[in-house]
Formats: sequence, structure tokens, C-alpha cells
Amino acid sequence: MTSLLNIWWLGLKELRSLLSDVVMVLFVGYAFSLAIYVQATGTSSEVNNASIAFVDEDHSALSKELINAFYPPRFQIPHTIAASQIQDSMDNGLFMFVVTIPPRFESDLRAGRNPDIQLNIDATAMQQASIGANYVKSITNDRVENFLRRTDAKTRPPIKLVVRKLFNPNADSSWYKSVVAIINQITLLTIVLTGAAVIREREHGTLEHLLVMPLTAFEIAVAKVWANGLVILIATAASLFLVVQMALKVPFAGSHVLWFSGVLLYLFFATALGIFLGTISRSMAQFALLIILVVVSLQLLSGGSTPVESMPNWLQYLTFFLPSRHFVSFSQVIIYRGGGLRAVWLQFLMVGGIGLVFFIYSMALFRKSIAVTK
Amino acid sequence: MSTLASQTSAVAITRKPVVSIQGVTHHYGATRALDGISLDIPSGLMVGIVGPDGVGKSTLMALIAGSKKMQLGRVNVLGGDIGDVRHRRVVCPQIAYMPQGLGKNLYLELSVYDNVYFMAQLFGLSPAERPTKVRELLEATGLGPFADRPAGKLSGGMKQKVGLCGALVHEPDLLILDEPTTGVDPLSRQQFWTLIDDIRAGRPSMSVVISTAYMDEAQKWDWIVAMDAGRVLATGTPAELMERTGTSDLEKCFIALLPEEKRMGHTELIIPPRPAGKSEIAIDAKGLTRRFGSFTAVDQVTLSIERGEIFGFLGSNGCGKSTTMKMLTGLLPPTEGTATLFGQSVEAGSIEVRKRLGYMTQAFSLYGELTVRQNLVLDARLYHIPPEKAKARIQELVDKFGLGTHLDALAADLPMGLRQRLSLAVAVLHEPEILILDEPTSGVDPVARDSFWELLVDLSRKQGVTIFVTTHFMGEGMRCDRISLMHAGRVLACDDPQKLIEARGATNLEDAFIGYMEDAIAEAALKKDQTKEKSPSNISAAATTVSPSPHSTPSGLQLRLSRILAYTRNETVQIMRDPVRLAFAFVGSALMMLVFGFGITTDVEHIRYAAFDLDQSLESRTYLEEFAGSKRYFTTTAPVRSADEGLRRLQADDISMVLEIPPNFGRNFRKGAGPEVLAQVDGANTFRGETVGQYAEGVHNRMLKDPANGLQIGPKRYTAVFQDRYMYNPTFQSIYSIVPSVPALLLILIPAILMAVSIVREKELGSIINFYVTPTGRMEYLLGKQLPYIGISMINFFILAAMAVFLFGVPIKGSFMMLTLCTLLYVTATTGIGMLISTFTSSQVAAVFITAIVTIVPTIQFSGLLQPVSTLEGNARIVGMIWPTTYYMHASVGAFTKGLGAGLMVQDVIFLGCCIPVLWALSIFGLKKQEK
Repeated sequence: MTSLLNIWWLGLKELRSLLSDVVMVLFVGYAFSLAIYVQATGTSSEVNNASIAFVDEDHSALSKELINAFYPPRFQIPHTIAASQIQDSMDNGLFMFVVTIPPRFESDLRAGRNPDIQLNIDATAMQQASIGANYVKSITNDRVENFLRRTDAKTRPPIKLVVRKLFNPNADSSWYKSVVAIINQITLLTIVLTGAAVIREREHGTLEHLLVMPLTAFEIAVAKVWANGLVILIATAASLFLVVQMALKVPFAGSHVLWFSGVLLYLFFATALGIFLGTISRSMAQFALLIILVVVSLQLLSGGSTPVESMPNWLQYLTFFLPSRHFVSFSQVIIYRGGGLRAVWLQFLMVGGIGLVFFIYSMALFRKSIAVTK
Repeated sequence: MSTLASQTSAVAITRKPVVSIQGVTHHYGATRALDGISLDIPSGLMVGIVGPDGVGKSTLMALIAGSKKMQLGRVNVLGGDIGDVRHRRVVCPQIAYMPQGLGKNLYLELSVYDNVYFMAQLFGLSPAERPTKVRELLEATGLGPFADRPAGKLSGGMKQKVGLCGALVHEPDLLILDEPTTGVDPLSRQQFWTLIDDIRAGRPSMSVVISTAYMDEAQKWDWIVAMDAGRVLATGTPAELMERTGTSDLEKCFIALLPEEKRMGHTELIIPPRPAGKSEIAIDAKGLTRRFGSFTAVDQVTLSIERGEIFGFLGSNGCGKSTTMKMLTGLLPPTEGTATLFGQSVEAGSIEVRKRLGYMTQAFSLYGELTVRQNLVLDARLYHIPPEKAKARIQELVDKFGLGTHLDALAADLPMGLRQRLSLAVAVLHEPEILILDEPTSGVDPVARDSFWELLVDLSRKQGVTIFVTTHFMGEGMRCDRISLMHAGRVLACDDPQKLIEARGATNLEDAFIGYMEDAIAEAALKKDQTKEKSPSNISAAATTVSPSPHSTPSGLQLRLSRILAYTRNETVQIMRDPVRLAFAFVGSALMMLVFGFGITTDVEHIRYAAFDLDQSLESRTYLEEFAGSKRYFTTTAPVRSADEGLRRLQADDISMVLEIPPNFGRNFRKGAGPEVLAQVDGANTFRGETVGQYAEGVHNRMLKDPANGLQIGPKRYTAVFQDRYMYNPTFQSIYSIVPSVPALLLILIPAILMAVSIVREKELGSIINFYVTPTGRMEYLLGKQLPYIGISMINFFILAAMAVFLFGVPIKGSFMMLTLCTLLYVTATTGIGMLISTFTSSQVAAVFITAIVTIVPTIQFSGLLQPVSTLEGNARIVGMIWPTTYYMHASVGAFTKGLGAGLMVQDVIFLGCCIPVLWALSIFGLKKQEK
């Protein structure tokens, strides 16, 4: 009972300290509002303003029409270059796509042959190259078909494939990105807040003051866990309801209670990680260097930026031990696909389990570090 | 010394001033540190600036040394205005400045010898005379045997000696020492002053200006400036000042000089004697020993303290006082020995023991961000004092300690004296039986110190609280009932202070302490049968042999080059001995290469899908079989039997697509009605959903064109056939584009952070003062610090390139030589970015985060990592065009994947080359040669 009270009072002190740190409060506020909005609506992997050039060796009406079929915003106004310039211009990174229309292209088509079109793709521009190449092809095919339709009978494909996107019918990328952005901010800020709370207390000598009082290391650490976790939880809730659901109009298919339960489990892990990093680094500067390495790894390997199944197999097994991966995964299930506890229990178990093991380890380390503080 | 002192009073007025201060005022934000000071300091004397902490002594000394920028007023030093850059450049080799703080301007990772040698390099001693000069000084100060020890592993007194060697290496005419003996043990202090006297005897023209908070020290000096609250209270020889105020020592004299409202009706502290008769033993320790690894912090301490006694612990920084206290209170388990409190054994960490203890830690350790009241209330709660009682108790303490008017002020905003009283209030809030105070009064002015002691006396005599206090002020030691003198982990003597003095036949406690220390050292020496440190008499003999050698002046260019190399060597040694930064430099970048290389991929493969066949006709089966045949993209899983099951499996992320064939598909196909197939794609991750949809369409279209499978009917369609040419990356795997891009990101992030930290770290730790007060130019400083990081970054580049080739299997198809050249220019530019950021950041944390944001954002968004630069628009395009990474990215991807020859990278080389002088110029412009 006294232990619970201690944790409660220490936690309140923690909140008060945090609130008096204006820079940190502003940073948390920014990270969970504007930063998320910008990340969700900013750069997209969509093809936009792609650079394209044509080598027109046909000089026919059709080839002219094809060149005119590409225009902003998706493509830049195409340049026309000579065949000899292809290699140089692509080496210099001037164009992502160069389309070569061969001589006698139009007449071959009219004669019932299927002439070749060469499409040069700068395959080092991964994000846009593949989707962009598909656009180039479908735009070209449409035009060719329209052009021939004027003379030929209307043709119809024997089987049509209708692609329907579930869970995000308009493929609005801000839906996905906003949630990944929240997840990334939760990881970063929980670690920063908790770790900084440990280091600040040590650098200001207040930790020593706490230690001479009838308090245990466990109480001191748990107070930091709940206070900082609570701040992040509130910020997350505000961000989800105000920014994601209201401003960005992202629907929430599943149960809010379920998702926030998952967030709680994850916060447990992230605060434990913050205490761990705060304990092993001797100064704020070392803490800052460590954070960069840890947070980048946690975020990149979580599956938020690259789907986990695209990574090499051994890495996929490794990421199974990253709670951030399970967090991204169960968030998708709950928020977009409307899955229930049956669909996410394993992920919950993993996050909770890893969090618990890590918390116990961090506690042991924290207690030890206090014992040898000179 | 004595001869000098006798001359001074007469001479002081007639001597030409070495420093002349006129109307100097200095502010830090709203705080006024110096308030219109005007003062002439006579030359050739030992001048003391005395006053408690925070009265502006350090600011004044830094202004005289030219290390701080003048705000208002004028200071003439050695015949010219020190605010004038030209004059500063001329006289700076004649001034030596040792800032406050033990070893503040030393490089803790460097050895003693290297530290002094570094200063010799900066002051332009020729390579031939440096080693002799450094050796000479080290021998003279008794540091000879410790030449190879890192400065960080020295005791406080020795650090100060190293600092002094560094200051004397160029034979200055004006020596400025800011609190050189604070926190140093009495023997080292005595040795230090003997050393200064000897040096002055050898160079009588040298002026020495020293600040101190120990009044008794200043008593022996030639001329005194007493300061308080940014003003000069009085100047003159100690004898004159004492005569004027009618006092017998300088401390009392200082109090008498204070303005009336400051004295607050100060009366001399009288400590009533303890009631006679034996009382119960409160603290009892037997043979306490504590070792940290091989280092023995506390060695066989035995003592017992009675209830109500004021027991003092005297010793220098790091002598084991705090460790002993922690063992007595059960905070730290002893390696050997036992400690009992009121007869009960102290179990390490026992909660019960802590309730009977009050503890006031060294330095201020309350929450500065909470108010006075909040701090008190928090402690009351943590000790579980019932709210009613707590309220009454807090009120009582607030009245008694005079905190009433400050209840709602933040603890951080209180003046020193009040903060100490608040700390004491917090420590006694729960009415402890034993009160432990770790250096409670350092940095507090004499008046506040006395009023603090009044509270202690009251607690001891009236309430029977046992008080255990550590201090390095001898005057405070005299006030204790008993004291124990501690040095190097051992208790040298323990008794009533007066008895200790009598036992040694000494004049005061300090002399008695020194006597005990010399005995201990002699004893230890006898045991070891060899002397490691020279005795003071030898020092003086050696010091006189420090001969002023004529400066041979090498040419300007040579000097500059030598200073650049001095900084390069210094920085290299530092980083080699800092495991965290070293690990970040090499392990960090290798780790990030792995994470980025494997973690970022845009390849979408092995998409799990399930068929949902509602038709079960020949045609539907053919269609599904054909679809299943495209193994590269799709992986077939068990078909679903109902729409519900399909949705559930999509929800659980078991599959990413359901391929649904409607009823009557076969019949409609045969009729030529163009039936539809529905692909339900998981669109939660939009990029992936998009790609899956396109792959499905691709497979579908290919099937329809293949005449072999019978899925074609009707007239043949004429269309263009695309011949895709995936240039540079025929298999179109993202690894070939990501892996060469990652070094471009890492070689800006890591070098820039390391560079920024290396400069800001010097600002934070204080060693940047060496740059302020030596003739080092800005370009020399920056270039010297940059070179090691360019080296580290190049090694990093080779590691990353090797990883790309051997681990990721991405071969280098283009010119590696040219890429190496580009890398050299690139890392010079990126360390330059770190340099530029360091000019406007003042803490290492800010430097790390700002550098990370400033480098990562444009690199990821605008340099072609995600989006080709050719597709950027507006401002993004402009940023992309001037950001160095854009060019290096082109070179790196070009050399690895595109197979570009040297000729095609020339424009990258030219641009990267142009960045470097621009960044240098901006950094030089931003780097200040003086502290603000």
C-alpha cells in the first residue's frame, strides 16, 4: 500500500517536472499533431512529375499523339531526344523513362502486326520506376487502342479483371501513413521522455536525494513508467481522434478499446527500453547517439516503411522479436481491417511478453547502476 | 615571500598597473554579474580577488584574460585594450589563464605529458625546445613520475598542477588563476602555493591574479580586492584592510566590509558546549572498507559518534568522505567491516534505517522545476507523514528557516544560501534522529554560512539530533565537537579539533592536517621503500632551475601548421579513448548499413493469395491454374469456401488477395459476354496494395495474350508490345539501388554528428578556453579538429563499400578511384556541415538532434533517395540542387550500379569541391574567438 502511494506521488512529481519543461511539452505537442499531418500528406510513393523523354523514329500521327498523351501533374512535358542521347541523358539522371517509338510503328499496327516499343527505365529509382512504367504502358495502350478503334471494329477483352481494394477503397496513402507516423512517434518519444527522466534525475543529483528516502529502485522506475506512459497515451489518443480521425478523416474499422490496450502493452515495452538506455548511457550526449541507432532500427524494421515479408528470411525471424513489428501489424489489423482480439492475440502476447522480459532486465540494471553510483 | 610582502604596502600605490579596469558591467540575461567596476591592479604582485561564489570573480578574471567578450566598459591589460582583437593577438602569448574547476581546461583522456605538450605546441615553442621545457616543468611540480597517466585519473590537486604547468609553459608576464585550490586537500594546496612563490622568485616581474573563496589563504598575499554582488567592496593590502575594519582575520574583515543589509545583524556564532556526561552511541563503525574494482575508496574506517554530537569529516574531493557516508547510512554495502545505527545493524538499502535518517547531499539535489512548497510537500508524502501533521510541520520549518516569502518560487530561482536552507528543511522534515550533511556550505557566503550553522547548532543542542557533516573549510571544522581528518580513503586522526591542534603543536587546524598528511605519506613511503612524489623542499629546488629560455620564432606558416597538427593529434587521442563515440563511428554505421540495406526494399514478392471459385467450371479452373503458374509474384494458398472466410483471412493478414470467380463465369466466357474476375486486394498498406493490384493485372494480361491456354476468343487485338529495358538494374531488385544509396546517407549523418559533438563538447566541458586564450586561429582550430574525422569517415567508407560488395553482393561496376575521390570531398563537406552546426549549438544533446534533423531530412526527401531529383519541383528542387548528397548519391549509385566511368562523375567532383570552402567560410564566420 505505501509502495503504491509512493509510486503515485513520485509519478505526480514526474508529471509536474515534465510540464515545467516547456521545450519538451512543445516538442511532444508538435510531434503528435503537425508532424503527423505533414508525414501523412507529404511525400508519397505515387508517381508525380516523372521525367520522361521520347525518341520518335516514326514521325507519324500516332507517335505525335502518344507523345502528347503525357502531361503534368503525373508526368513532365516529354522531351524529344535523339537515339544517340539515350545513354548519356540517363547516365546523368535527366530522365526516369525514355520511350523509343520505332520506324513504321503506325503502319505496322494498321497492317495487323504487333510492333515493339522500347521502354527504358531507370531501375535505380525504385519507388516510382515500377508503378511509373505501368502508367506509361497503360496510357500508351489506351491511345493505341483509341487510335485503331477509329478504323477497326470495337474490341472487347474476353475476361475482365476488376481489382477492388479492401479496407482503403480509394488507396488514400494518408490513411496508412498517418497511423505509421503515430506509431513511430510513440516509439521515439516514449524512449526520449523516459530515458531523459532517468538521466536528468542522475545529472541533477536528485536521484541521490530519492535514494536516501525510504523508497526502492522499483518504485522510482515504475513511477517513471506510468507517468511518461500516461503522457504518451494521452498524446496518442488526442492525435488519433483529432488529427487522424477528424482532420485526415481516416475511418477506424475496429475497436478503439482493443487498440488502446495494445498501445498500453507497447508503452510498457517502450518505457522499459527508455529506462534501459537512460541507465546505460553516462550522459545525455551518449543517450542521444544511442537513441538514433535504436530508434532507426526499431522504426525501419517494424514493417511500417517496408513490408516485413519483403525482407530476407533470416531478418524476418529476427524482427519477430521486435515489439514494434507486432505493433505495426496489430494496428493494421484493428484500424483498417476491423479485426478483433482473435486476430491479434498472438501479437499482443508477443509485445507483452517481450516488454515484461525487458522490463525485468532494465529494472535489474537500474538497481545495479544505483548501487554503484559514487 | 616575506621580503616581497614587506615591500608591497609601500610599493602598491606607486607601481604601474598591469591591469586597469574602467566601468566594466557584465550581464547574463537579467542577472548583473559585474556592476560598473573600476579598478587598477598593480603589477609584479600577488593579487587576490576574494569573495564568495557568484559575486562575479570568475567573470572579471575571464574578461581580464580576454576569454570573455566585453559588454560594457574597458579593460587595459599589459598596455592595451584587451577588447581590441589586434592587441589581444599581440599580448595573448604573455598571458596565462587557468579557469575555475578542477582541470577544466585539461583534456581528461590525454596524458599529463600530452596535455602540457599540447599547450607548448599552441604557444609555438619549437619542436626542439618542447620536450625539455615540458619535462622541466613536470619535474619542478613533482608530476614527473605521473607523466603518462591520463589527466582524468589524477587527484584534484594534481590536476591543478598540470593546469599550472600548461599555463607556465610559455613563460607569461601575467598569470591569472581562478580558484585554483577549491576542493584541493591542504597539503596539495600548500605545495601549490610554494610552487607559485618559487616561480615568482625566479621571475619577479610576473604579476599573479588569483581568486579564492578561502579567506585564510588570501591573508598571505600582497594585495586584496574584496568583492560582493558584482562590486568592489575594498582594495588594499590585507594588513590595511584588517586595520581599517578593526578585525583580526580576513573572514571577519570581509563580513565587516559587507553593506549593512547584507550582514542582517550578523553576530559571531557561539556554539554552546554539549551537556556533559556520556550519552548513547548513535553511529558505530568498525573497519569499514569499500573497494571499486582494484581501487580502494575507503580503507579501514573505525569511529563511533554519540547522540547529539556534531561530528565533522574533513578532507579533499575524492578522499572517500561521501563513500564512507553512504556506507554508514546503508546506501552502499561495505566490502568489509560493519556499521550500526543505534545498535542496529545497517542492512544495505534497508527502508527502516532511512526513516531515521536525514540526508543532505553534496550540491543542490532538490527539484529545481518545483516550487519550495511543492518540494516540501513531496517529501512529506514520500515519508508518509499524515497530511495534518505534515502541514503543521512544514509551516513550522518555513517560519524557522525564513522561507516564508519564497514559498511559491521555483527552487531553481533561489539564491545559494536559501537553497541550502531549503535542502536542510527537506532533510529534517520527517524529524530524523541522525542528520547527514555532505559539504552543505560550499559556495555560500560567510554570513549565510553562519546562519546555516545556527540552525545546525539548534538541532544538535536543543533537539538532540546527531549531526554528521563533511566539509573542506577548516573554519567549519573548528565548529564541530569532534572531527576526523581523512585522506586517500583513510582516517588520519579523530578528536576534538582544538586537541588535534595541540597534539601536533600546530598554529591552526590546517597546519595540523598537513602534519598528519605528511606523516601518513612518510609512513606509506617507508612501507614502499621508495618516494614517488618529491617533498616540497625538492620542488622549490627544482623550480628555480626552470630557466627562461629564449623563444626561437619559427615562420608563421610553420607555426600554423604545427597548431593544426597539435589539434589533430589531440582530437585523435581523445576519440580513440572514448569507446562510445568510437563505437558510434564504426559499429553504428555498419549496423545502420545492415538495417537500411536489408530493411528498406520496395520489392513485393511472394504475395499470398487464395482463390474463391463460385463457378467450378472448366474455364474457371483453367484461369486459376494459369494464375497459380506465375510463381515469381504470387504464392497460392488453400482456397476459401465462403466470402466470410476470405474476409477473415484478409483481416488476419494471412493472405493479401482473394481472387473471386463469379457464378456462370464459364458460360459467359463461352458466350463471349466478357465475364469479370474480382481481385480483392488488402489495401491497408497503400503502396503494397497498389503494387499487388498491378501485379495481378500484369499476370492477367499476360495470360490473355498466350494463345496456348485457350483463354482467348474473338478477333485478335493489335497493340504495341513493350520491350522493357530495366537500365542499370536488369533484375529490378531494390537492393541494387538502396545499398549504394545508404553510404550517402550514413556518410553525412555520422561524420556531421561526430564533428559537431567534438566542438560542442569542448564548449560544454570548458576546454575550448584553450582556443580562446592561445594564439590559435579559427581556421587552424577547425581544420585541426576536422582532419581526424575525415580520416574516420574514409575508413568508414571502405568498410561500407566492402559490406556492399561482399555482404550484399552489389558489385562496383564503375570507377572506384573516382568514387573514392568523391567520398573524400563529400566527407570533408559533411564534417563541414557538422562544424557549421556546432557554431550555434551549445549543448551536445542539441548538437546531436539538430545535426540529425538537418542532415537526414534533405538527404531523404530531396537528394534522390526516394524520389529522383529530376522529378522534384519548386523549393524542393532548389534544395536538391544545392545539397551535397544529391551529387554524392549520383556518384555512388553511378559507380556501383550504373557503371559510370570517371568522366561522368566530374561534375559531382566539381560541385562537392565547391561546397568545402563555402562551409569553411561560414564556420569561421560563426566561430567566436571569445566566450559571450
